[in-house]
Amino acid sequence: MTKRLLLTSLLALTAGGAMADEIRVLNWQGYGTDLDWATEAFTEATGHSVVHEYFTSEQEMLTKLRTNPGAYDVVLINAAFTRQAKDEGLIGPIDTSGMKNFDTVSESFKEGELVIDGDVYGVPWTWGLTSFAINTNAFEDAPDTIQVFWDPAHEGRVSIRDDALEAVQFGALATGQDVNEITDLDVVEAKLAELMPQIRTFWSSENDWNQFMAAGELDVATYWSGSAARSADMGLPVQFVVPKEGAVAWLDGLSVPDSSTKKEAAVAFIDWMIDPEFYVKWDAEGAPASANAAAAEALPDDSFNKQVLGDPEVVMRIQFQDPVDDATREKYLALWQGLKARQ
Amino acid sequence: MAGTLNAGEGRRAAGLLAPAYLWLTLAVFMPLSAMLFFSFLTAPPFGNEPVAATLANYFAFFETGTYGRLLWKSVKLGLWVTGLCILIGYPCALVLAKQIRGRAREALFLLVILPFWSNSLVRIFSWAIVLRGNGVLERALDLVWPGDVRLGLMFTPAAVVIGLVHSYLPYVILTSYLALQAIDDDIIAAARSLGAGRLTILRRLVLPLSLSGLLAGAVLIFVPVVGSFMEPRILGGRFGTYYGTVVEDQFVAVFNWPLGAALSFILLAVVLLILALSSPILRKGLQ
Repeated sequence: MTKRLLLTSLLALTAGGAMADEIRVLNWQGYGTDLDWATEAFTEATGHSVVHEYFTSEQEMLTKLRTNPGAYDVVLINAAFTRQAKDEGLIGPIDTSGMKNFDTVSESFKEGELVIDGDVYGVPWTWGLTSFAINTNAFEDAPDTIQVFWDPAHEGRVSIRDDALEAVQFGALATGQDVNEITDLDVVEAKLAELMPQIRTFWSSENDWNQFMAAGELDVATYWSGSAARSADMGLPVQFVVPKEGAVAWLDGLSVPDSSTKKEAAVAFIDWMIDPEFYVKWDAEGAPASANAAAAEALPDDSFNKQVLGDPEVVMRIQFQDPVDDATREKYLALWQGLKARQ
Repeated sequence: MAGTLNAGEGRRAAGLLAPAYLWLTLAVFMPLSAMLFFSFLTAPPFGNEPVAATLANYFAFFETGTYGRLLWKSVKLGLWVTGLCILIGYPCALVLAKQIRGRAREALFLLVILPFWSNSLVRIFSWAIVLRGNGVLERALDLVWPGDVRLGLMFTPAAVVIGLVHSYLPYVILTSYLALQAIDDDIIAAARSLGAGRLTILRRLVLPLSLSGLLAGAVLIFVPVVGSFMEPRILGGRFGTYYGTVVEDQFVAVFNWPLGAALSFILLAVVLLILALSSPILRKGLQ
């Protein structure tokens, strides 16, 4: 007994006193890592305090990493950007041997974009779908097809996100193409041009989306799965739909900048973030799906993430987002800006 | 006179001018030259990418019809907003300067500059609340108008014009007011005693004498409206893509600062060209 007590206090000492670091996290605002109760519990358990800085686009995140070496210890990077960040020398390999939750991370994610030549450059954290959600007051039965966006019955009542990549991939799904290998871009452009008169406005943030829905401006709008769960949780009449044409899936990982001087604390924080206990609590407030199989398993059965994204039939229909090179990105941007300019 | 300053006066003038010019150098010239420098680069000069000089960013404007189309759309928006501001603001300034006296004028003047007291973003969001479907405006009209009222103003070009006119109206009122107030009342009285009607006085006397103020206000409105991005983005919905929003995208969304900078300088050049072409009219007005 005394021995255990001594050990615990020793542990607490080393954790709380000797190596209390302040780690700086770079993430989207309101995206899990900055939940007060979570960071407070982390500080209590390890002694490390957590400070946040936010970005509003992946490009901003990369620019911040490039221009402020040493300023960040943990950064959220979408899997489509991890390789680019690694190639630019912005992030370094993560030593996962000390992490107690890494073993249960789904094998399929460990074989994906985040592990390069056997080194882990991002710990798979969350994943989700970009599809659409409906205003349940406007539909008797939920539609099962993406073509509902082109339905004249909803003219002036639809919205998509003002983002070139998402718009083009949305058009690709609607025209039956592989989102990662769009062979006929002209068809996509024509399809999106037809969509334009249907659109009420574009949305750019979750907050926008919720406001438009709450004001009853929209019947149907593209959305992210985790955000839809959050909106429904807020009491909005919202239902997330994965149509028969499929949906785009994304994976977010937590990485450690190569320039970080507090790598040990950073890895401890990442371990905390993929912990099933944290995830179950987060999910109750509306979270994306966890990349940790043990965490996903721990969810209650009525949870959105278990019900919708845990459905194997749904998983069959999704296409994971591959990295997109700059030339393709610029091509999509030109297409999208051209479409908007003609309005 | 300026050429014949003696040494003491010259030093005093330099002392008085130095803070203003130093400030202008720091606040305008340096950031602007940094942007000009960026506009000739292949990539923003931070990060590990090698950077080279190029003219490609300027050529990009001509490669697609998109930028030209948007620039024309923005110029049209500028003309609309400036025209409406003059139509609404000039009569207002006329009444303020020539008809109303004393405390009433002060109170009315306060109302005119009230929009300046609130943050522009707050103003635009208030308009969003007023204009949107089932918003404040539609509900108010519903109360006084029989039947179902659906204006559908929100997310249209009209909403953008309304928001911008509200933001920029004080400029034309203030500048016209100053010019109108400088007109001696005796001149108007003299014209009237010589038999000139109200319209004649306005057309041949008041308008020419206050044209300098009116034009100054018009320029002050036109230039920022052509580059505006916040109002179109929030109020314009799918119609809200203008030249300014595309420049903003280059800076905040895709981080192509060189292209954004080049597009800004093209806008600057076009605006200067428009002002230069209209300078004969401007100069006539200022005489």
